[in-house]
Amino acid sequence: MFYIYCPYCGEHREEEEFHPKGQAHLERPKEPEACSDEEWGDYLFFRDNPRGVHHEMWVHAVGCRKFFNVTRHTVSYEILETYKMGEQPSITADSQSQAREGAAVSQQEGVRA
Amino acid sequence: MSNAATFDTRTETAIPVESPLAYSYRRSGAPQAGGPSRLQLRERAMLGHLILRGGAIVLDEAVRDVLGLNLPGQPQTLVQDASGERSIQWLSPDEWLVIVPGGEEFPLETKLREQLGSAHFAISDVSGGQTLIELSGEAARELLMKTVVYDVHPSHFPVGKGVTTVFAKATTILRRPSEDRWELVIRRSFADYCYRWLLDAGAEFGINVQQ
Repeated sequence: MFYIYCPYCGEHREEEEFHPKGQAHLERPKEPEACSDEEWGDYLFFRDNPRGVHHEMWVHAVGCRKFFNVTRHTVSYEILETYKMGEQPSITADSQSQAREGAAVSQQEGVRA
Repeated sequence: MSNAATFDTRTETAIPVESPLAYSYRRSGAPQAGGPSRLQLRERAMLGHLILRGGAIVLDEAVRDVLGLNLPGQPQTLVQDASGERSIQWLSPDEWLVIVPGGEEFPLETKLREQLGSAHFAISDVSGGQTLIELSGEAARELLMKTVVYDVHPSHFPVGKGVTTVFAKATTILRRPSEDRWELVIRRSFADYCYRWLLDAGAEFGINVQQ
């Protein structure tokens, strides 16, 4: 069971109260008429399916009924952070891999020392 | 004054009115504990329930003028007047539940609409859609522990808190107006199901239903 932090309620709640709602940060093209079929099709139907850090939209369905974003690791299922709609994630796949490289470097240095 | 169409849901005509639990009382009865009871259940039927939606600052001013209560700004909070008859509960960042004695909801709605004028807000009278069930007694918390997914330990659920959560797979608003009293706001359509669940879950504590 997940124990999810709702940024609007300001506390952790049981997973049962939430629903996942798919990939977050999808931006509707400003001018749909000016899109090629491929661009419009990508926007409508094609979603990321990463192995690792993924940004998703969830809704606190039984509770405040607000949508918010969740950064979740698709391998470990770990929820790395939750943040309100309109905000940007502080943890991304890039920041995670940089942190890992940093840790690896310091480990090597540790070995050398 | 906004141009929303409003009407009083309580009519003058003599139409028999039944609480959402009337059917359940007939079907499942109202058990009385023979000896001392650790759990009491009482429905507070026919109260006035209003849902307020809008910006906190605008609504707060109107509610303070009309009802004399502050709009709770902090999540999961419940405020009541001195008598405990009127209460406002935070439901979401732009939504509050107001419960007042039956019959007061329409005058209150009208006054709030006058006060709010052309501000951006919504008021819905949901009195007919839900009912309030009160649980008291020393076993009330034990019963809730078996039933809701939310942590009801006093350190996590102090007096003056109210949350929307899952109650036996149904949605409920759970609130704690005083030390030994818990309130459940349940949907009319789930009232019979919840009532029967409460009777079943409360049997071991010798539940006592006050009608």
